[in-house]
Amino acid sequence: MNPAEVTEFRAQVSAWLSDNKPADPGFLLPETFMEVGTDQQFEFLRDWQRKVYEAGYLGMSWPEAYGGGGQPQLMQEIVNQEMAAQRVPFVPNTIGLNWAGPLILDMGSEADKNRYIKNILSAEDIWCQGFSEPDHGSDLGNAQVRAVRDGDEYVINGSKIWTSLGSYAKYMILIARTSTEGPNKYAGLSFFLAPMNVPGVNPTPIKKLTGEYGFCQTYFDDARIPADCMLGQEGEGWSVAMKTLMFERGAIGGQAGGLSMMDLNINDIIELARRATRNGQPAIDDPLTRDELTKLVLEAKGNGLMASKAKIPVLNQGYPTAVAMSSKLRGSELKRKMTRFALSLQGANGARYISNQAMDGGKWQRSYLNAFSATIGGGTTQIQKNILGERVLGLPKS
Amino acid sequence: MIVFSEEQAMLLDTANEFCQNQAPLSAVREVIHNDAAMDPVVWQTMVDLGWLGISIPESFGGLGMNLADAVPIFEAMGRQLMDTPLLASTVAAQVLIKDGSEEQKSTWLQKISSGTIASVAYQETDGNWDLDAIEAVLTPTDAGGLILSGTKTLVPDAEVADLFVVSALHEGRPVWCLVSRESLSASSSIERETVIDETRRSYRVHFSDVLLSPKEVLPGCHFQHFELASMMLIAAEMSGGLAGLLEVVVDYLNTRKQFDKLIGSYQALKHPTVDILLGSEMVRSYLYHAATVWRENESVIAVESAIRMAKCCASEQFSEAGDRGIQFHGGFGFTYDCDAQLFLRRALWSQYQLGDERYQRQKLGALLF
Ligand SMILES: Cc1cc2nc3c(=O)[nH]c(=O)nc-3n(C[C@H](O)[C@H](O)[C@H](O)COP(=O)(O)OP(=O)(O)OC[C@H]3O[C@@H](n4cnc5c(N)ncnc54)[C@H](O)[C@@H]3O)c2cc1C
Repeated sequence: MNPAEVTEFRAQVSAWLSDNKPADPGFLLPETFMEVGTDQQFEFLRDWQRKVYEAGYLGMSWPEAYGGGGQPQLMQEIVNQEMAAQRVPFVPNTIGLNWAGPLILDMGSEADKNRYIKNILSAEDIWCQGFSEPDHGSDLGNAQVRAVRDGDEYVINGSKIWTSLGSYAKYMILIARTSTEGPNKYAGLSFFLAPMNVPGVNPTPIKKLTGEYGFCQTYFDDARIPADCMLGQEGEGWSVAMKTLMFERGAIGGQAGGLSMMDLNINDIIELARRATRNGQPAIDDPLTRDELTKLVLEAKGNGLMASKAKIPVLNQGYPTAVAMSSKLRGSELKRKMTRFALSLQGANGARYISNQAMDGGKWQRSYLNAFSATIGGGTTQIQKNILGERVLGLPKS
Repeated sequence: MIVFSEEQAMLLDTANEFCQNQAPLSAVREVIHNDAAMDPVVWQTMVDLGWLGISIPESFGGLGMNLADAVPIFEAMGRQLMDTPLLASTVAAQVLIKDGSEEQKSTWLQKISSGTIASVAYQETDGNWDLDAIEAVLTPTDAGGLILSGTKTLVPDAEVADLFVVSALHEGRPVWCLVSRESLSASSSIERETVIDETRRSYRVHFSDVLLSPKEVLPGCHFQHFELASMMLIAAEMSGGLAGLLEVVVDYLNTRKQFDKLIGSYQALKHPTVDILLGSEMVRSYLYHAATVWRENESVIAVESAIRMAKCCASEQFSEAGDRGIQFHGGFGFTYDCDAQLFLRRALWSQYQLGDERYQRQKLGALLF
């Protein structure tokens, strides 16, 4: 695309978004797919995703044959930027769009692609992820949910936990143990594109720290799934799971795009600092607050510039993967710090929670509590630091 | 947005190679030990490479490139903890380019391109970072001349400089004036100062009754241009230094064993080392962003914010990394022999040039929101 085409396309997207952006629903929306807690929230967001897809603004760079747009990735990036700029709601099928989808396109069969891709984009089929278990979270390689072959089927038993979108999902990317033998804990794992609507699969909602619902514990009780749901070979589940996590953390590209969370950026915090008062004056006038705010502004700008640097190979010769591999860590930690700081701008009102008396209805308090979803989910900050230390710096394993 | 120029790419390669050959870490210790004012051989090679004239217009014998294109050179030098009069001369040339008369430029820029050393004397002894807070004064004589008196501190490479660019008050207004080595009076003096970074050659210069012609006063006076140019190059050195330090730390974590395990396997060391890595990546991003904004000659506010952000981030990250770098070497870290101290000392020196991170944040607050 030449610069004129880019400008024209951007204008077109921007116009479409302002015409079609949904009106305020009148209830609090979740901030990420991990917090979709009511049917009302879910339906609102699913309808929005469908509309975006039908307008051609989702999966723009995915192959046309499977329902994608067959366009350059740059176009999707422009759409993503405009969506963030216009503060539209996020598209909720995040696991499908950003990790199951690219994974299927990367290593699925022709039949898999025909069957799943289009419905991921249109939000017809919601996807969830069955990785974590009650006793094995960070130590994912130790997953114990069993999958036993029986004829043309696998029989699944055990439970997965923290299943985001579990109650709405039609499919789950599932990692389960097909064997307890093998040289190490990783060897017996296999990866499935598992249907949720079969007897014996029961997602049960769990209440989150915010007081709302958002994820599930998913029980498997002799659930039978077709054997051809397996992705990769039996016993290769660990490497497929690792690839999935690379998509999830944005360390490799190929995602369908669209906003995957409500955009919160540093300008929102600056704006809040002007409105909120601390000890009788706008928080932004307090010198200590200013200093803290400046630190956060710098961290936010720095993160943006790191992404820009990562695109220039000569500037990344030392540790070429450092920026991409740390993007989830940096982004989630910054969001946690920003939302936590937001409370401190409000004086005694920092102690309020979702209610009419709270500033902006308590959105900031809720945001702060919700911010841990990303510092814990998808591999905790501590685990990310292990990975960066070991894979990027070459330090020995802990 | 960061745009990397072809000139930068070219210089990055040459500079890395040159600095690695000329200045392995062992050579740094030699520089400290021999205490010479400079290394004439290294200097001549730099002159021959054209580095002294990088940002000097071709009409004055330079290469006519943008100062931002020189950033990779300073980054490469910083990585090897080199100290040469290149920084001092380059920023002195910047002052002349920005504020000098045609005559002053043609007299001095040609010389600087071919290796004459110049140094800017701006820092007053009270350590104030506000460049307008000046004590040095120019007093008119009856014969139409000017007398400069004042004391400047932390003047780099003064012992070998043939030209000083000095900030002073003239009729109550701040100005730059030029003082050649020959015009220094007998009562003036140049004293070596002890600074924390032992690679640096730093001096206190007493200008005592120095008689100048009014022609030595520069017609322009943009302290901020000098300040920003210097900070960009210091941030470049810091970015390099931080990367060099990270390498030292990672090496030690991968070789030293305790409790039968490499110490790098302990998360108490591993995780903060990852923080150093990410800090280093961020500093470099800020640096090349600042260089981009400078080269594209964006608005004054954009240039100032970009460079202050780079200096702020570099000061904070490099000094913290240096501090941790000592701790992570244990008892060896407490020794003079451990390379970590070289980097920590460099970090501290750089941190306190032209404003540390807190000072930069204070300035940035006003620029950013
Ligand atoms: C909002 C939310 C949504 C989620 N959605 C999903 C989902 O859809 N599907 C899914 O499969 N999972 C999901 N997760 C689960 C998430 O991936 C796990 O919670 C996470 O991997 C941590 O595992 P754990 O909860 O068992 O914590 P643990 O592993 O028990 O960790 C406890 C603490 O110990 C630390 N720790 C553990 N091991 C180490 C180590 N080796 N070194 C240093 N520190 C360590 C951790 O950082 C953490 O602070 C979600 C989690 C959240 C919070």
